[in-house]
Amino acid sequence: MRRRSLLLQVGVSVLLLAFLALLVNNLAVNLLRTGLGLDFGWLGRPSGFALAESALPYTPSDNYLWALTIGWLNSLKVIAAGLVLATLLGVAAGAARSSSNRLLRSLAGGYVAVIRQVPLLLQLLFWYFVAFLGLPETPIGDLIQLSNQGISLLGMPLSVEFCAVLTGLTVFTGASIAEIVRGGVNAVPRGQWEAFRSLGLSEGLGFRRIVLPQALPAILPALTSQYLNLAKNSTLAIAVGYADLYAVSDTTITQTGRAIEGFLLLLISFLLLNLLISGGMAGINATVLGRMRRSR
Amino acid sequence: MTVAIRATDLVKSYTPGSRALDGVSLEVASGEVLVVMGPSGSGKSTLIRTFNGLEKLDGGELDVLGVRLDAAHEERPVCEIRRRVGMVFQQFNLFPHLSILDNITLAPVKVQKRPKVQAEQRAIELLDQMGIREQAHKFPAQLSGGQQQRVAIARALALDPEVMLFDEPTSALDPERVKEVLDAMRQLARDGMTMVVVTHELGFAREVADRVMFMDQGQVVETSDPASFFTNAREERSRRFLSQMV
Ligand SMILES: Nc1ncnc2c1ncn2[C@@H]1O[C@H](COP(=O)(O)OP(=O)(O)OP(=O)(O)O)[C@@H](O)[C@H]1O
Ligand SMILES: [Mg+2]
Repeated sequence: MRRRSLLLQVGVSVLLLAFLALLVNNLAVNLLRTGLGLDFGWLGRPSGFALAESALPYTPSDNYLWALTIGWLNSLKVIAAGLVLATLLGVAAGAARSSSNRLLRSLAGGYVAVIRQVPLLLQLLFWYFVAFLGLPETPIGDLIQLSNQGISLLGMPLSVEFCAVLTGLTVFTGASIAEIVRGGVNAVPRGQWEAFRSLGLSEGLGFRRIVLPQALPAILPALTSQYLNLAKNSTLAIAVGYADLYAVSDTTITQTGRAIEGFLLLLISFLLLNLLISGGMAGINATVLGRMRRSR
Repeated sequence: MTVAIRATDLVKSYTPGSRALDGVSLEVASGEVLVVMGPSGSGKSTLIRTFNGLEKLDGGELDVLGVRLDAAHEERPVCEIRRRVGMVFQQFNLFPHLSILDNITLAPVKVQKRPKVQAEQRAIELLDQMGIREQAHKFPAQLSGGQQQRVAIARALALDPEVMLFDEPTSALDPERVKEVLDAMRQLARDGMTMVVVTHELGFAREVADRVMFMDQGQVVETSDPASFFTNAREERSRRFLSQMV
């Protein structure tokens, strides 16, 4: 049994290596044929294009490397905000789906059902064209100001594009997270609810302090893959013109003709991003599981 | 005599057409120990779970410590009753991710807003009383069933309840662990606690109960003092049940 699985692993490894060699070979042949070779010198040249949105100072006379960095930061910004908001929304909706309140239950159920039927790209376009571009100019107190130029939250201006991508990613991923949370929560024995209720704890407090911590070991691994999905899905930002890493790379490649180098950089940047996410989640996972094991 | 629990015509139906409680009325006096017996599915658990609002009534009304509960199942009375009534379950239901001490102090700190230090002092006292003081910093899974059930009793007592409900507290225990839990309950009864105990422990019922109530098919068949219940029960159904027990 062990020998056979070892054999299988060796076989798969050999196949993978062969495939990789083929790819590298193709890349080399292509580079030779175009007579270009790998060259990253263009990264230092001025980009010449403007970006609608930048976290750090940027002008068209800055170089391509800086433009790509700004794109990377824009991606990071929308992904980080999306992770936090999707988690909050997903946990709330997941909790609502296993609540004793029928109205809450069906609202959350409807949300999950609808969102999972519609492709993310359409949802992004919906948020962009229907929800945010259609916004009337209405200051809500001094905290939030809405207009079709964007939203100003506590004096921090957010572009319409950013808001559309963030909302789309949050609402879409939140629905998947809600399902994961519901699954984890349902696996916690009913007796735990009865115990905290009989002690006079409120539903909310009991959920946070008793049920959720016991559901976490089941939730976390699946959550990681949703987080990675959110990061990958963020490249759809280009559909609404948000200047994320993918959009900036796309423009860069068109202007410089440096498709291979551009894609290599894009690949590495995303690898870096996703390693960051899986690394962080692995850390959280280990802490939570360690704490659970200690209690066993 | 003050009444701790008065139930009038309780009706509970999980599925349409069948009644888990079919018109149950009873009174439990303050300081009294009532033992509830009956065959499986007769509605014993359902009955005592209505006493602290874990099950919503479909009919009838309850007066628990002067607080009224009925089919409306309003949040405020349910909350008040849960703070004043403790419950112990067959499966212990300790919180596995919290230490023994945290299991006991969670509700006093979060619900009654007692200072943490004071709640911990009280928890240690209660563990001492249960004979398991040295377990305070362990986790539930590191304890035997009998120890876990005594922690569950301490957890309920930490809120200084006026009534304690027990649903088959020794049924999930190894035979050699039953006594330590029954002893703790015996002591509680001696201290004057009002108790409603669902159990099949005949010895405990004979010795500790003030009255024994026998249920079948969601109805009260008879309520007697233990001596007459065990020697000459009035009803045929009770006698048949008792003859199968021994
Ligand atoms: N959550 C529930 N959903 C549906 N039916 C239930 C539920 N809980 C109990 N019942 C039904 O109600 C009736 C009474 O059950 P209950 O658990 O109160 O009996 P019990 O006397 O405690 O039995 P046991 O000695 O087996 O614990 C049974 O017919 C049972 O199947
Ligand atoms: Mg029962």
